Amino acid sequence: MLFFVVRRLLYLVPVLIAVSVLTFVIASLLPGDLAYVILGDQATPENVAALRHDMGLDQPIWLRYLGWLWHILQGDFGRSFRTGQTVLQAVSERIPVSFELMILAELIGLAIGVPLAIACAAKAGSAFDRLMTGSAFGMLSVPTFLSAILLIYLFAVELRLLPATGYVPFTEDPVANLRFMVLPALTLGLAEWPGIMRVLRSDMIAALQEDYIALAKAKGLKPSRILFVHALKPSSLTLVTITGINIGRLIGGAVIVETIFALPGIGRLLVGAILTRDLIILQGVVLLVAAGFVIMNFIVDMLYAVLDPRIRHGHA
Amino acid sequence: MSGALLSVEDAVVDLPTPRGNLRAVDHIDLAVGAGRTLGIVGESGCGKTMLSRAVLQLLPKKAKLSGRVMFNGQDLTTLSAEKLRKLRGRSLAVVFQDPMTSLNPVLTIGTQLIETIQEHLELDLAQARQRSIELLAAVGIPAPEQRLAQYPHQLSGGMRQRVAIAIALSCEPQLLIADEPTTALDVTIQAQILDLLAREQQRRHMAMIIITHDLGVVAGRTDEVAVMYAGRVVERAPTPALFKQMRMPYTEALLAALPKLDVAPHTPLPAISGRPPDPTRPLKGCSFSPRCRYSAGRCTTEKPRLSPAETQEHLYACFHPIAAGAGA
Repeated sequence: MLFFVVRRLLYLVPVLIAVSVLTFVIASLLPGDLAYVILGDQATPENVAALRHDMGLDQPIWLRYLGWLWHILQGDFGRSFRTGQTVLQAVSERIPVSFELMILAELIGLAIGVPLAIACAAKAGSAFDRLMTGSAFGMLSVPTFLSAILLIYLFAVELRLLPATGYVPFTEDPVANLRFMVLPALTLGLAEWPGIMRVLRSDMIAALQEDYIALAKAKGLKPSRILFVHALKPSSLTLVTITGINIGRLIGGAVIVETIFALPGIGRLLVGAILTRDLIILQGVVLLVAAGFVIMNFIVDMLYAVLDPRIRHGHA
Repeated sequence: MSGALLSVEDAVVDLPTPRGNLRAVDHIDLAVGAGRTLGIVGESGCGKTMLSRAVLQLLPKKAKLSGRVMFNGQDLTTLSAEKLRKLRGRSLAVVFQDPMTSLNPVLTIGTQLIETIQEHLELDLAQARQRSIELLAAVGIPAPEQRLAQYPHQLSGGMRQRVAIAIALSCEPQLLIADEPTTALDVTIQAQILDLLAREQQRRHMAMIIITHDLGVVAGRTDEVAVMYAGRVVERAPTPALFKQMRMPYTEALLAALPKLDVAPHTPLPAISGRPPDPTRPLKGCSFSPRCRYSAGRCTTEKPRLSPAETQEHLYACFHPIAAGAGA
């Protein structure tokens, strides 16, 4: 098992290097010279050339990349030329918002998706199953900006139960924090459950055809045990995968939802950086988010091994 | 046969398929007494597995079963799901063909044994664990205590089938159905597993049904043999009587198709030519007639009924049985 973990960790190194190269190249390819952006109205050819030289922008791209990487390895991701904030400061300020939103959204998605999937798989082909698969399909095609606006209309405008926009840190006032978080988390959760439900349902239907389920029935086990232990556990691999991908995606913040609900998360940090051409913040944040995604996938791999002993013992 | 532990009476299993109705089991009567063994022999697709699933009431959802399956005086076809569940694993146990797929890959051997024991017997975890260790030892698994924490993929095929047998035996069933228990195993392991089943059957005095395509498996290990072809029983007799004098040409052909040690190397096996009839297109006459070298006259127009020959125990369905003293 230790060998397995170490091997998977070593796989991460080339992936992270590739991610950093891509991030740097894409940020460099964005139109607009950084020196012009910083200097703005005062840009004269002499000023620009001097600033480019100061910032090392006149060096070849690979040298600039290595310099960037060298600083990152020392924990220095750079500093915004607008606010003077470092990338790490900006991210650590925003991450609790996005992280809380991600956790709540996944919990809502799983709380709706998993029980529905089990119920549908147990009664595959029934009217209930068809109704739920149909609803899931319908929900998949509802974009988050639409469900966000509908939820705001219903809960904030009509019922006046919850605030439409705003944010209070959890440490300041947990109740107010949760009241602000409910609608954005619900918006994302409503987008998450159909995928969770469809994947788990089809995996469970497949598992229920297996010989070991026939044997579990022949052993006289209770239907609930067959469903929740014998069928659910081997079916949960894909569920773990898509939950991991969802979480990885939401680590980068939910750009649309954070914007609509005015949540100061990573998504809005990125949008702000793009709009103000704050390239240092942009490439630093993108790299951190990508690294978070890669690490989330590593955790998913580890969970596979926990769920399926064959992977743990290197048979698969 | 009255007083039998299990009797299947006029069982018919129909499976709807896109090509029409498939009659997998066609009016079968069978019985097994307590402590007796019955072998059911036939080639792939003859309906023997469907018959065993019908006994266990584990047929696919779409399948339709008619007739009665009497077990201990109760008709399993009309029993409630809950009563049936209390019977399965407790009085009525099964060993499936492929131990690679019949054990749950993500649960330990111990879990799969203990859950069965605790479902049916009033034992606490420590007692169920102890019983599991004894069962694994009884089926010839070395270091049984360590096995409990292992997963199926860590065991060889033969060992897994031993685990499956231990699970089946765990609650002292009255009837064990072994559905091709050795087909998926190495030849060297097959005899060990069959001997294990025979030994445990004797020791526990339980009834056993062995389903196989191999006449060699049932010879010497069963009290009675039923030969199935195209969903029907075509010959049924006490094992010694059957091997002494088989009457149905299909049984003879099946036996002739077994490889023998005393023939010269490179002699081709006398395979049964042709293939079984399409079960969605039943024949009017004897199902075996297109492949039978004795076929003549009404064989193709009328179905022979399963009826007794010289003795009441030896039944066969054939218009032109192999004459006494002739045959294999």
